Amino acid sequence: MTETGGPVDGQAGGPAGGQAGGPAGGVPEQRRVRVVLVDDHRMFRTGVQAEIGRTEETGVEVVGEAADVDQAVTVITATRPEVVLLDVHLPGGGGVEVLRRCAPLMAAAESPVRFLALSVSDAAEDVIGVIRGGARGYVTKTITGADLVDSVFRVQEGDAVFSPRLAGFVLDAFASTDAPPVDEDLDRLTQREREVLRLIARGYAYKEIAKQLFISVKTVESHVSAVLRKLQLSNRHELTRWATARRLV
Amino acid sequence: MPVAARPPETTEDPPVRRLYRSADGRMLGGVARGLAGHLGLPVVWVRLTFLGLFLADGPLCVLLYAAFWIAVPLGIGGRSTEPRTVFATTPDGRRRLRRPDRGQVVALVALLAGAAVFVGTVDLGGEANRYVWPTLLVGVGVVLVWRQADNARRARWSDSGRRKRLFQLARGLAGVALVGMGLTVFLVVRGSAAQLGTALTAAIAVLAGMALLAGPWLVRMSQDLSEERTMRIRAQERAEVAAHVHDSVLHTLTLIQRNAEDPAEVRRLARAQERELRNWLYRPEGTGKDEAEEPETLAEAVKRAAAEVEDKHGVPLEVVVVGDCPLDEGLAAQMQAAREAMVNAAKYGGVGGAVQVYAEVDGRTVFVSVRDRGPGFDLDAVPADRMGVRESIIGRMRRHGGTARVRSAPGDGTEVELEMDRAQEADG
Repeated sequence: MTETGGPVDGQAGGPAGGQAGGPAGGVPEQRRVRVVLVDDHRMFRTGVQAEIGRTEETGVEVVGEAADVDQAVTVITATRPEVVLLDVHLPGGGGVEVLRRCAPLMAAAESPVRFLALSVSDAAEDVIGVIRGGARGYVTKTITGADLVDSVFRVQEGDAVFSPRLAGFVLDAFASTDAPPVDEDLDRLTQREREVLRLIARGYAYKEIAKQLFISVKTVESHVSAVLRKLQLSNRHELTRWATARRLV
Repeated sequence: MPVAARPPETTEDPPVRRLYRSADGRMLGGVARGLAGHLGLPVVWVRLTFLGLFLADGPLCVLLYAAFWIAVPLGIGGRSTEPRTVFATTPDGRRRLRRPDRGQVVALVALLAGAAVFVGTVDLGGEANRYVWPTLLVGVGVVLVWRQADNARRARWSDSGRRKRLFQLARGLAGVALVGMGLTVFLVVRGSAAQLGTALTAAIAVLAGMALLAGPWLVRMSQDLSEERTMRIRAQERAEVAAHVHDSVLHTLTLIQRNAEDPAEVRRLARAQERELRNWLYRPEGTGKDEAEEPETLAEAVKRAAAEVEDKHGVPLEVVVVGDCPLDEGLAAQMQAAREAMVNAAKYGGVGGAVQVYAEVDGRTVFVSVRDRGPGFDLDAVPADRMGVRESIIGRMRRHGGTARVRSAPGDGTEVELEMDRAQEADG
């Protein structure tokens, strides 16, 4: 089965957020974002560079590349990009290790570094693993260039990027336990969050979700961000256990 | 006289004929048959030669035979066998049931004759008696145990050992008992009955000591062996999977190069291969299910349907499944309706990019949605052909007690929602 990145947006072919992330006010000025590519496949880096790295058109400036964990930490620390495109599978400990070692940069009050995970794998444990590690979203490598650019800008603005598949995994993870939650607020999804995730999994764009649920796009975004926070902070062992078990079930 | 001089191995002909003992149709150790196979002679000749030697110089011949038995590995029919063909030819899995061949009958007769001659020549009275019988007992016991060891070795590549495990164990034990008896008799007749007690105590003490010393080591060795064996089997399975995957990947790449001018076909090939690979990777035990097998759960059924539609219509379908449950009659109908919806979406809405398929098991309810971003259509002005398809979706769901909703608007794609309650069973 295929996996596109963000949900496809009707005519425009843009991802879920549509133009919601654009700066307010008539003529959108040229957006800019500084990006580091971390991937051990040189061919893939070259491809992404060719697709999104034309700064004049896309506004994306690739300021560095890395092929393994150590390199990645060095390059990210040196260049302080706004967004890192991070491969889940990397020599030297994987994307999770990069996230662990860049934690201070992520938490920085001044221009924090944000991560968007990229992968060809759709093993639940990998996906949930990088999200719990601090990535702001997850897309697969089959994503189109335009969708990827848009996802990068959304991550830059602090939003979460949920592909339908990720939404499915999250629903699965939070539903698949009968154990009493340790922390009621963190370990359960609200009804609204569940509805939003369900629509994302069904391929709805944020705008469409907003229309469907009679809420604003901003509210949709805040629901998604809340889900992301729960994923990262929830101390439910089941989450990791579930992800590991899925491989075996 | 040199013992067990192996004929030099000829290396002229590519398949080197090495000397093996034969596990097939053997009387004792398979030495004669193996030799016969190796030398290209009828087995009867070899056996008669052995018999002649035996009559001429009994002990030496027995020694010779024993040396062959110990030194020559067990094989099949006196020819070296490739490990691969071993599985195809299960040698004498029914050895007990098979009609003995003529060679064996002749050999048996000869053996009996030889035994008669032996008994005749050796004076069984008086002094010798005290040694001959124990020796014979010990000899028979040893032969039994050795055959048992042979069988254990053969069980590695034929499954005859597994089915008759008990019988084999009994045989081995009988051999050990015979040896023990022979030795005891030795002791008793050599010494006197009075010393039997002390001799036995000493023997038992020695045996117990040896068991204590060697026992743990033996146990550990056998455990290591079986562990190593399972590891090897696992590695073999993994290698098979890898070989299969590599093979099909290489095939696909070849086909892609051939069809480079046909982007749709290239995409289809690549997608089908990707799916197969994911199946192998993320399936339990790494064994992808064969395409021929009927899906048993909802998730499998949805993915299967989507895969088939994808292959047939060349439009990507993205599938997300939350939860899972076994299929029942109602759900099977729902799957058919869903498949119909997927075909529709691929046919009419594939221009808008990937078709999104979502299935969720929520308690007793199963929900499936199929969404495309094609041109959409006005529900009130449905062309006849689409009406038919809608009937096969909506009508089918209704007949099985489910519901179907079709939502579409021009320029906004189409979405089909199917809901069905699971059959009332115990499991939740």
